[in-house]
Amino acid sequence: MIDDMPVLDVAGISKRFGDLEVLTDISFTVTRGETVCVLGPSGSGKSTLLRCINWLERPDAGQIYLNGDRIGINNGGVVMSDRELSRVRTRIGMVFQHFALWPHLTVLQNLMEAPVQVQKRPAAEVREEAMALLAKVGLSDKSDVFPARLSGGQKQRVGIARALAMKPDVLLFDEPTSALDPELVGEVLLVMRELAREGRTMVIVTHEMGFARDAATRILFLDRGRVVETGPPERFFVNPDTERARQFIQRYAAG
Amino acid sequence: MIRDFAIVWSERGLLLSGLGNTTILSVLSAIAGLVIAFGLTPALMSKQRWLALTVRVFVDGMRCVPFLLFAYIVYYGLPSFGIRLDNWSSGLVALTVYHAAYLAEILRGAWAAQPREPIEAGIAFGFSGPRLFRRIILPPLLLAAGPVIGNQMIQIVKDSAFLTIIALPELTHAASSIQSRHYVPFAAFITAVVLYWGLCLVIEAGVSGIDRLAAARR
Repeated sequence: MIDDMPVLDVAGISKRFGDLEVLTDISFTVTRGETVCVLGPSGSGKSTLLRCINWLERPDAGQIYLNGDRIGINNGGVVMSDRELSRVRTRIGMVFQHFALWPHLTVLQNLMEAPVQVQKRPAAEVREEAMALLAKVGLSDKSDVFPARLSGGQKQRVGIARALAMKPDVLLFDEPTSALDPELVGEVLLVMRELAREGRTMVIVTHEMGFARDAATRILFLDRGRVVETGPPERFFVNPDTERARQFIQRYAAG
Repeated sequence: MIRDFAIVWSERGLLLSGLGNTTILSVLSAIAGLVIAFGLTPALMSKQRWLALTVRVFVDGMRCVPFLLFAYIVYYGLPSFGIRLDNWSSGLVALTVYHAAYLAEILRGAWAAQPREPIEAGIAFGFSGPRLFRRIILPPLLLAAGPVIGNQMIQIVKDSAFLTIIALPELTHAASSIQSRHYVPFAAFITAVVLYWGLCLVIEAGVSGIDRLAAARR
């Protein structure tokens, strides 16, 4: 049954930088329409995990499947060429902590660049969809503006719209609100809540506990590179299984 | 003195053809130099150490050779290896290769100063290889390095004057011919200086145009 197949299947991922073991045997699956929030203290390997999923970092061990297709290793069992990796990456949308918009392109061009240049979809069709996405994130009037003229919150909303323009199978968010002034966090979370409600498949690394509690379908709690606990937010936040999760939640609730 | 300038004026055809040739030489080698630099810069930034090192040796070597000496080598030296170029080809090759090294180093510096994330976003969105460089990496480099590249263009114009020694009929060569024919050194050379200055003004106008584009994007 196709419907039973997870969109994302991460099996036994490990990654070390020199002597430092950043990720140890991480496994989880994400089914269609799920919003998985990855929580954990700083340095627990959350961002590295996200970057391993689309092979921005090459995992040392383990397998990653996107709708059943192995990422990073091709059918011949060898590491994919840059070209092969590029093709898989177009199916994974990514939102970056520091927005990472392309400074030489306008907002609309930022949305259209990869769909037209990489996915080779017709520009007129992409433009129409891009304008609809900008309307969705509330930035229709900024289409011809360069990113440098936007506030942080606006930049990140463009970042989200840019990822959506690829029509990806799954969206990865790498601490999307961490670089924002506190008063700008809300507008970005609002867009992300809307996406969760629509049933987009998302993996979100975040420190926004309130958002994780309301919007996540499942929490993945990492500490020192291991999955310590996973479960629905109702259970995780109210009655976690592990002492470490309890401490983590208390610290965030207090601070 | 006015009589001297009148003599130069009577030879204006020669000067203008010299100016034309200087312009052609400079424009062609600027374009070709940039295109070669677009190839050298990714090599300088390459993770393949042998490639980066090879190109690094070439670039550093080029930057330590006086241009006049390099032009001599291309025109007089290469025939010893069976490569015989006429003075136009020699001049173009010398100017292009020499300044490509500088331009590559300029672009490398600008690249190293760029934030990493937009390039990473390019990779995450499926760009790779030449397309990643052309669409995502290069445009911000050109905008950031515009003034320095413009400066290098001015250097190209000035270095083209050296090519008079291989009898290339450019502006300095024309001025030199006029002065030796009529013995009006001051008038002939100062006219050439003014014409070089005019070329540089054109380049600076281009640079400020690029700078306006860049300002809107930062």
